[in-house]
Amino acid sequence: MATKVVMEALSPTMEEGRLVKWLKHEGDAVDAGDVLAEVETDKAVMELPARGDGLLRKVLVPEGATVPVGQLVAVIAAKDEDISALVRDGAGAPAPAKAPAAGPASQAPAATTPRASPAPQPPPDATPGRVKASPLARRIARERGVDLAVVRGSGPGGRIIKRDLEGAAAVSAVPAPSATVAAFQDVPLTQIRKTIARRLVESLGPIPHFFLTVEIDMERAWDAREALNHLGEEPRISFNDIIVKVVAQALRQHRECNAWWQGDFIRYFGDVHLGMAVAVDQGLITPVIRYADQKSLRQIALETGDLSRRARERKLTPEEYTGSTFSVSNLGMLGIHEFTAVINPPEAGIVAVGGITQQPVVEDGAVTVRRRMRITMSCDHRVIDGATGARFLQTVKRMLENPLAMVW
Amino acid sequence: MPLITYRDALNQALREEMERDPDVFLMGEEVGVYQGAYKVSRGLLEAFGERRVLDTPIAELGFAGIGVGAAMVGLRPVIEFMTWNFALLAIDEVINSAAKMLYMSGGQMPIPIVFRGPGGAALQLGAQHSQAFESYYAHVPGLKVVAPATPHDAKGLLKTAIRDDNPVVFLEGEMLYNTKGEVPEGEYTIPLGQADVKREGGDVTIICHSKTVAPALKAADQLAEQLQISAEVVDLRSIRPLDVETILASVRKTNRCVIVEEGWPFCGVGAQVVHEIQHAAFDDLDAPIERLTGADVPMPYNKHLERAAKPGPEQVVAAVKRVTYLD
Repeated sequence: MATKVVMEALSPTMEEGRLVKWLKHEGDAVDAGDVLAEVETDKAVMELPARGDGLLRKVLVPEGATVPVGQLVAVIAAKDEDISALVRDGAGAPAPAKAPAAGPASQAPAATTPRASPAPQPPPDATPGRVKASPLARRIARERGVDLAVVRGSGPGGRIIKRDLEGAAAVSAVPAPSATVAAFQDVPLTQIRKTIARRLVESLGPIPHFFLTVEIDMERAWDAREALNHLGEEPRISFNDIIVKVVAQALRQHRECNAWWQGDFIRYFGDVHLGMAVAVDQGLITPVIRYADQKSLRQIALETGDLSRRARERKLTPEEYTGSTFSVSNLGMLGIHEFTAVINPPEAGIVAVGGITQQPVVEDGAVTVRRRMRITMSCDHRVIDGATGARFLQTVKRMLENPLAMVW
Repeated sequence: MPLITYRDALNQALREEMERDPDVFLMGEEVGVYQGAYKVSRGLLEAFGERRVLDTPIAELGFAGIGVGAAMVGLRPVIEFMTWNFALLAIDEVINSAAKMLYMSGGQMPIPIVFRGPGGAALQLGAQHSQAFESYYAHVPGLKVVAPATPHDAKGLLKTAIRDDNPVVFLEGEMLYNTKGEVPEGEYTIPLGQADVKREGGDVTIICHSKTVAPALKAADQLAEQLQISAEVVDLRSIRPLDVETILASVRKTNRCVIVEEGWPFCGVGAQVVHEIQHAAFDDLDAPIERLTGADVPMPYNKHLERAAKPGPEQVVAAVKRVTYLD
C-alpha cells in the first residue's frame, strides 16, 4: 500500500515549507518514523518523518522548493507497486489542503510581522469550528487539559489520534506543554473596560500601545552580579538573567499585567511564562522560559543560555516559542540606551531593556556618578492602565535597586 | 497433557456426561452403528446401549421435536445434526419450541437440550452446505450459542452445555474435528459466557471465535514479527451469552479493534460486538472498529473463489494496519 508523503504542518502557524534537504533518496528503503527530509518552516528547520514503510519511490519536490502544507512531495510504496496515478495526481492539481492553507495566509501575514510568539492557531488543514479527533484522543486531551485546536492530526482527514497527543503528553510531564495548560482565570469584561477597549482601538489601531519608562539605579545589581560570578561557578549570570528573574517575580505580584487580551474577555495567568526576544539571522524569535517566576536565577541562566543558542541554530520546537504570558526584549548589549518594543499579542505587555551606562546623578544636592539603566514597558491599554503598569515598574525598580527584595 | 483431536475431546465430553447422568442421551443421524458421520460418537453405542444412543431416520424436524419433548419431561437430550445446514429443516423446533417453552410455560418447563453439529464452510461443499449460523441462533432470546475453537474448549464447553438447563446451540467445525490440542485428563468444565484471551497483546484487539481463531493467531504472529505490533486475540467461545467484560477490558487496553467472523456481514455477530464496544468504551477508541466477515454471497463452489470469500490472516493483518493507522 503506497503512502503519500505530504508537506506537514510542523509548527502551529506553518502554511508552507521550504524543502531544505532530502535525507532519503529515490530507491532508499524507509521505515515509518524515519526522517525523510529537512523542512524549513516559518520558525525553524524541522524534520519531515515517513508515515509508512517501503521504498522512497518518487520525489516530487526538489531541494530548495517551497510548497504549501498538504501538497504531495514524495511517494513511499512497495518495489513493484504501481504509483503512476498517485504521482500524476500529485503533480497535477494541487493537493486539497492547499486551498484552505492559502486563505488564512492572506488574512494573517504572521510570517512578515515581527511577531515572535504567535497565539495558538488551528492547524491549516482543520475544518473551522470542528476538530476531528478520535474519542480516545478527546478523552486524553480532556484529562491533560490539552486544547485539541492546537494539535495537528495525523490520521485520515487530519483526525487527531492518540499518537498525536503523545508528544503533548511528554511535554506536559516537563513543565507546561503550551500556554493552554497554564493556570489562568478568565474575567469577563466590565462595561468600562469594554468602552476603553473599543475607544482605544478606534483611536490607536489594532493594539493601543502606551509606553512607560523608568530609570533604575543598577549599582547594587552590578555588585550582586559581580559577587555571584566571582564565586566562579557555572553558569555565569548575565544582567539579562537578572532582569528576567525580576520581571517574572514582579509579574507574580502584579498579575493584572500577566494577561492575554482575548477579544471578549481577559485571561489572567497564575504562572509566568516569560518570552525572551532573541535575534536570529532572519529576524527574531521569542523562546519561552516556563514558570520563570518559580525558578532560581541559576536555573534561568541555564535555560536562557540553552534557548538562545538553539534559537540561533533554529532548533527550537514549537512548544518552546509559544504560549508566553509576557515578554522581555533586551538591546542593552547592542549599545541601545532606551527603546520601545512592540507587544507580542495576545500578551498585554513587553519590557524593553536598555544598556547600563554611568551617568551623572544628583544625590543629596551633589552630582555623583552612578550606573543607570532605562527600561520601557509597552502596555496594551485594553488590559493595562497607566497606573497599573507604573506600579508594576515600581516593583521591578525596587527589586533591581535592592536585589535582596527578590527573595523577600 | 495429552494432545488429542477436537472430535475426541467432544467424544470424551459426551462419554463423561453420559456416565455422570443417566438422563443424558444422544440422538441423531448415524450416531450409533456408524459411530457418527465425523466419528464424534465413536464407541458410545457400545458403551451405553440403544436406549441412550439412538439412530434416527433422515428427518431433522422430527427428531429435534422428539428431543424437545424428552427435555420437557425431564431428560437431557443431545441432538446431533450431521451438519447445521440440515438443521434448517428443524429450526422451528429449535426456535419455536426449545427457545420459548420456559417462557411460555411461565417457568414450569425448562428445556435442558443441546443441539450440536458442525457449522460453517468446509471445503468445496457448495452454497447450501457452507454457512455459518451463529448469528441466526444468537438472535433468539432463550437460546445459548457456543462455538469452541480448540479441543480444550470444545470438551469443557460441551460438558457445561449438557448440564445447562437451557437449550444450547453448540456449533462445531468440520475443519476443526481433526485439529489437535492439549486437553487435561481430569474433570473440568468451562462456564458459558466466558471469552478466552488466546494471546495477550497491547496494540490491537482481534476478536474471533471458532474457525477464525486460527487465522487471527497466525495474523498476530505476523504482526509481531513484521511490524512489531502486539495483538491481543480474544476468542469469544460463547456468542450468547457474550462476555462483554473481557471484550471491553481488552479494547480499553489496546484502543483498537478488529473483529473476524466466518458468517456474512449483515447483522452478523461482529455487528453486535461493535455495538457493545462503542456503547461502553466509546472514549477508549482511537480508530473506527474494523469487521472482517465472509463475503456477502452464497459460498462459491470454485476453489479459488471459495478461498477469496473467507477471511484469512492476510485480511486480518491488513485490517490491523488500518486501525493502527499504518496503512
